[in-house]
Amino acid sequence: MDFRLGESSEARRAEVREFLDAHMSLALEEQVYRTGVSHDGDFTRALVEQGWMAPSWPVEFGGQGLDPEEMVAVGEELRLADAPMYGIGTTMMVATVIRAVGTDEQKAEIIPKALAGEIVIVLGFSEPEAGSDVAAATTRAVPDGDEWVINGQKMFTTNAQIGDYVFLLARTNTEVAKHKGLTMFLVPLHQPGVEIQAVFTLSGERTNIVYYNDVRVADAWRIGDVDGGWHAMTVALTNEHAAGFAAAIDRLLRAAETWARTTTDDDGVPRLQDGTVREALGRTAIDLEVSRLLQRRVAWMAATDQAIVAEGPMSKLFSSEALSTRAQDMAEVVGPDALRSYFDPTAPAHGVVEHMLRFSLGTTIYAGTSEIHRNMIAQRGLGLPRNR
Amino acid sequence: MDLRPSDEQLQLIDAFGALYAKESTAERVREAEPLGFDPRLWSQLVELGALAMAVDEAHGGWGATLLDLELVAEEHGRALGPAPLFEAQVACRLLARTDGAAAADLLAAALAGARLPTVSPRAPASGGLALVPAGAVATDVIVRLDDRLIVLPLGDDRTVPENVGSQPLADVPVDPARLAGATVLAERSGAELFDRALDDWLVLTAGALAGMAERAVRIGVDYAAEREAFDQKIGAFQAVGHRLADVATASAGATLLAREAAWADDEEPGRRAELAAMAFSFAAEAARDATAVALHVHGGYGFMLEYDIQLYYRRARGWTNVLMSPSAAARRVADRRYGPEGAS
Repeated sequence: MDFRLGESSEARRAEVREFLDAHMSLALEEQVYRTGVSHDGDFTRALVEQGWMAPSWPVEFGGQGLDPEEMVAVGEELRLADAPMYGIGTTMMVATVIRAVGTDEQKAEIIPKALAGEIVIVLGFSEPEAGSDVAAATTRAVPDGDEWVINGQKMFTTNAQIGDYVFLLARTNTEVAKHKGLTMFLVPLHQPGVEIQAVFTLSGERTNIVYYNDVRVADAWRIGDVDGGWHAMTVALTNEHAAGFAAAIDRLLRAAETWARTTTDDDGVPRLQDGTVREALGRTAIDLEVSRLLQRRVAWMAATDQAIVAEGPMSKLFSSEALSTRAQDMAEVVGPDALRSYFDPTAPAHGVVEHMLRFSLGTTIYAGTSEIHRNMIAQRGLGLPRNR
Repeated sequence: MDLRPSDEQLQLIDAFGALYAKESTAERVREAEPLGFDPRLWSQLVELGALAMAVDEAHGGWGATLLDLELVAEEHGRALGPAPLFEAQVACRLLARTDGAAAADLLAAALAGARLPTVSPRAPASGGLALVPAGAVATDVIVRLDDRLIVLPLGDDRTVPENVGSQPLADVPVDPARLAGATVLAERSGAELFDRALDDWLVLTAGALAGMAERAVRIGVDYAAEREAFDQKIGAFQAVGHRLADVATASAGATLLAREAAWADDEEPGRRAELAAMAFSFAAEAARDATAVALHVHGGYGFMLEYDIQLYYRRARGWTNVLMSPSAAARRVADRRYGPEGAS
């Protein structure tokens, strides 16, 4: 057995750190937070220049051919720095789906622009009445000649206000089981009938409600088969289910350690000497280690072509729940100063603990709630009967 | 990165797994209660090399890695082995690291089966050594006194308290005269040797608790997949399935972490002590929660002695608390990361 990520992964990690030293700053971190937009033109251009838009893709498709373990190291560093990667993440997720199931025309139009950082693609899955039960989507797409006409409403379309296309899940058949009547489209956002309404969230992230009123999209922009949208969704969501929040726990731990080392009690003793503080730090470090191991296990399984069953959901479930628990613990341990907001000049360690308290809430909800992941673990991993 | 045990390690797991399947059945575990010692299991474990493997070749052993021992420990925990495996392994490894004739003689006697040494995780208090693990069946106990390491023969004056985990524990009376007259194993390096031994112990117990947790989850899942209430299998209720999913996740994490900690003993010694405490703290809570959830899933049957899950519930607590609480282990993690409390 070997628990190291390997030399090449550590080499990639060093490259990413060097890149972040040059292109990531506290000012950019604050800009991402204040605007609520995890996307930045200059940062994206710098990433493109490095050829790092799709590092896991094969070299002949414009990637770097990094293996899953190298990608773990790259991802850990980018997330630890809170780099503005969300827009790039959704764009490349959709580009990956198009590479897998798209037409030659779609590939030729989208992939070069995505790799060049020239377009932003956003996700239109959730609806007011369809969140975790995403296959219950009711946004309609009706054929009209060689076009489709779209009507409906999507929730949580983050970056729609800067997006060029939305990867839209729409109902094309109401006569069949809900999973079987869905189709995916790549819909241009700059057109009449698309109305974007800002939604602000507890973590500071800006997201959107997007209304579609008689929005037209050519059949050439259908991704995958008519009524075959669930397959395309599965390709997209497989990426999400391999997610984990170890890097966020690492951010929390580092901020708390900085606070504990630099803050003293009324007698001038560093807070790091307090038993309660030490236990909270110790427990956070333990949860970070376990989160890393669960996440790296998924990468190792992917790298060795093993079937990933419950391991992906375990990584996402454990790390998001641990982040929430430890952020709450740490806020209580830090005490009144933990009330001071992220990037308030009076806040200890830039207020990262305060931010993590709010940020963690979303992690147990988006990309499949904890309950959805527990269902997957119970049914697929443990073989328990389906719930009704 | 490679999370698969080597072919040799898989053979080791198979060999010990087969032994436990035969010699540590639930029936045998029950028969060994309340003392928690099955002499036949113990002699078979020793015969298969459980002690020899723990010791390096220079001292007459096979020189297995701590990871090899941890993989066996998982099987031990899965089967609730009523035998002083970790106590004897930890004592022998400590003796092998200790210079001098006294340590060498006791180690040789232990490997020959003539003596059975254990270690006290606690320093003597006014009443003596409390709850010495394997103290009821061992012949000698190694004790740390500040920087010194001494060994005391165990005699008829020990008492054997009944305890929740049915472990062969003993309270051993010691007085200043007995301590002063004891054989000294190490004069100045005692604290260091003891800490290293405790790290081994934490890792092996973590492995056992992880194996125990995984087995408890399986028992709970099997029951929930069979038992019907309100016209469906109870495992289909999310109130049941989600709790099992949580403890299955923690058990998987506990196994990974115990293995990483054991692997680090040779491969990343700078993190050895920190990871050992992490592995113990996490596995202890995983086993605590997995056994509680799996028992609860059984409803009233889980409360009956007849069902095996109670055997797991009791040992998860006994095997943990005889060493330290999960909270104490978390503070030990902090000691390893930031230096001892009061040091900076």
